[in-house]
Amino acid sequence: MYVAVKGGERAISAAHAWLDETRRGDPAVPELTVAQVEQQMPLAVDRVMAEGSCHDRFLAALAIKQAKGDLIEAAFLLRAYRTTLPRFGASAPLETGAMRLRRRISATYKDLPGGQVLGPTFDYTHRLLDFALAAEGTERATAPEADAPVPAVPRVTELLAREGLMQREDPGDGEPGDLTREPLAFPAARDVRLQNLARGDEGFVLALGYSTQRGYGGNHPFVGEIRVGHVAVEFTPPELGFPIEIGEIAVTECQMVNQFKGSRTEPPQFTRGYGLVFGHGERRAMAMALVDRALRSAELGEDVTAPAQDQEFVLYHSDNIEATGFVEHLKLPHYVDFQSELENLRTIRAALVRESLREAAE
Amino acid sequence: MNAPLEGYNFAYLDEATKRMLRRTILKAVAIPGHQIPFGAREMPLPYGWGTGGIQVTAAILGPADTLKVIDQGADDTTNAISIRRFFTRVAGVATTERTAEATIIQTRHRIPEAPLRENQVLVYQVPQPEPLSKLEPRRAETKRLHALADYGLMHVRLYEDIARLGHIAKAYDYPVMVGGRYLMSPSPIPAFDNPKMHRMAALQLFGAGREKRIYAIPPYTDVRSLDFEDHPFRPIRAPQDCALCGSRESYLDEVITDDRGGRLFVCSDTDYCGERVAARGAAAC
Amino acid sequence: MLTAEGLTLHFGVIPALVDVAIEVAEGEVVAIVGESGSGKTTLLRVLSGLMAPDAGSVRWLGADVHAMGEAARRRLMRTDWGFVHQNPRDGLRLNVSAGGNVGERLMAVGARHYGNIRAQAIEWLARVEVDATRIDDLPRTFSGGMQQRLQIARTLVTNPRLVFMDEPTGGLDVSVQARLLDLIRTLSRELGLSVLIVTHDIAAARLLADRILVMRRGRVVEQGLTDRVLDDPQHPYTQLLVSSVLAA
Repeated sequence: MYVAVKGGERAISAAHAWLDETRRGDPAVPELTVAQVEQQMPLAVDRVMAEGSCHDRFLAALAIKQAKGDLIEAAFLLRAYRTTLPRFGASAPLETGAMRLRRRISATYKDLPGGQVLGPTFDYTHRLLDFALAAEGTERATAPEADAPVPAVPRVTELLAREGLMQREDPGDGEPGDLTREPLAFPAARDVRLQNLARGDEGFVLALGYSTQRGYGGNHPFVGEIRVGHVAVEFTPPELGFPIEIGEIAVTECQMVNQFKGSRTEPPQFTRGYGLVFGHGERRAMAMALVDRALRSAELGEDVTAPAQDQEFVLYHSDNIEATGFVEHLKLPHYVDFQSELENLRTIRAALVRESLREAAE
Repeated sequence: MNAPLEGYNFAYLDEATKRMLRRTILKAVAIPGHQIPFGAREMPLPYGWGTGGIQVTAAILGPADTLKVIDQGADDTTNAISIRRFFTRVAGVATTERTAEATIIQTRHRIPEAPLRENQVLVYQVPQPEPLSKLEPRRAETKRLHALADYGLMHVRLYEDIARLGHIAKAYDYPVMVGGRYLMSPSPIPAFDNPKMHRMAALQLFGAGREKRIYAIPPYTDVRSLDFEDHPFRPIRAPQDCALCGSRESYLDEVITDDRGGRLFVCSDTDYCGERVAARGAAAC
Repeated sequence: MLTAEGLTLHFGVIPALVDVAIEVAEGEVVAIVGESGSGKTTLLRVLSGLMAPDAGSVRWLGADVHAMGEAARRRLMRTDWGFVHQNPRDGLRLNVSAGGNVGERLMAVGARHYGNIRAQAIEWLARVEVDATRIDDLPRTFSGGMQQRLQIARTLVTNPRLVFMDEPTGGLDVSVQARLLDLIRTLSRELGLSVLIVTHDIAAARLLADRILVMRRGRVVEQGLTDRVLDDPQHPYTQLLVSSVLAA
């Protein structure tokens, strides 16, 4: 006689134990420390902070270790932890003009106040595997240091705005929206769109940004400026009534300069695509700025024809935690639904057979 | 009762979040079948794996409750175990596999065979709350269609099924009208289960975490499956008897027993089946 | 039945409609003619409630069309009114069978008997001269003329009292146009329909319309009985329009 499969509980425990074992790998190899991940995989940490929507290098590094290097899984762990934290309020807007710069480049001006600062970049490296890195215990690499730190310098788009050539942004009133508290509603305002893109999947946002360059809703972007560095976070506790600095975070900001033909109410001028992400994430910030500008098409009176311009398409599918959950849920049992489809198909086919038999008989 | 997990609030979510969820649930109960948007939180389980149901359960769960979790009708499927363990860990509540003993039943894809009572709540996990999503992907537009009760499109879809196949081909997640007003997705339960929703004594709550919607059917509300007068709704099940308890009424799982086409059918609701087998055993003694 | 007064609408500085008044009586076929850009399609959109005017009012049986809620306007659009688009793709569901297209309006107003819906679809396909064996085919397999006839069947199946038509024969071959115009004329007479038709085709207007309005740059420059306007045009612009047809 048939006995239904049991023992799911034990199987799960065993599977989790095995997971722990594979995370450790060969015990003959020294265990990776969280500090090592944090220090030596800083860009992975940055990505997990951005997609995990939580600026904490230690927690991000821990999540990467726990996730065996699966960065989406790590961002998921960080998000689930973030949910349980109390929300104190919204900070004052970051003053990126006062950023302590590590890197700052502009593609629109050869030279400009503050100059071009390359910083620690992969740009202009030759992508040759460096076998010297395979040998451990080599000397620590050092870079020559400038005599003075890079001073705070004005933003490129601000120079254009002073001339009236760059559209001013609406400073908005009150706190920006927060997707982690309120669900998306359409049409979505720009604050919410930017939050969505800032924590969106890097691959998805990158591909969408790329699609605008290939003619799917693009409009000639220039990198006005990319800046990477640290900015102070200011917060006004209700009991004080004035802002205090509560710390510094690492961010990357990208401002794209785009053409705009002008409309009934506005003269022709440049418009901005904006990207701001946690950590050093140039690719993410640039793609975000492209998609931000594409998503402004409707409000700027441009035709909405391409995927990157379609608010619902972009904003509903950018979140990789939502996406991975729903795609992977397909491996959960679906035998009840499958069974009803089976019976359905059998019923239809039986009816067809009856019909053809009747026709043959006639 | 076990002690809840150190460092976390009872049932994982903080009290402010639970209040937000309860307000949403009350609104949903007040407008049967209407989807209410809510600020779904990131949960420690993946989206699509029951985060909506888990948040609803977390919001209504009290220390005195007894929780049952089923997936595909069974308590021992892996995801049901995982969710039951989660609530044991973060809330320390009593759990049961017996439908009759539970005060809250969280389910994925089934409604228990045994009729539910007034003091029970059935919490559904919902992957896609929008019944019109396959016909119109834009939420801004489907919202308008619901507001205007403009559901002709759904009937066109059913008409097309009959024209092509001779009968309505929707086998699960079969759309229903709630209280004669809102078109609603019953979640991917088999169409066989739809009639159980009609005038059910228990409160039915539906949580969609990824899509951030909650909706509800209050007790004793009319729930009608869409159909035509001359092609009435017909719930289908496999025409066999359960190989374990012999039931001819329950929904059956098909089990492949060998690679030569051998198969048998058993109840999908494991508690229902177990009770019947036990009763037969007792009668035989 | 339909009365509009003082309709004015600007697109930026461009006047699309200037103080337009129009009336359509029961069973009457009224044509709005003019060149492209004259404002005739905009007028149709404003009259049918699809677009709000800057000033003026549109009344249906006394009720202000633009003051009623969207729900009421949509109900009107699927009961008393119908709209035939120039491009059948805008008026049909191309991924739904011909029968489903005709049945949709019936189902939208509450029909729930499959057999009756299907019988009415078959009847209407016959009336618009579409082979009934094509009932389960998708409209994308139909020719342009057949698609347009299907759109008319879909619109008329709920017995509307007023049908708006926007260049219904545009984009069709001349021989196909003639057959379609004939069909529209027959059906509107048989059913006692009111029709408000926008066209740049003077010959079509002569064939169908009881009355004609001539539009130019957002204004109605002349109106009257069809024969009078076409045989004895008063306004220079109308004279130009009529003579250009004669010359062609």
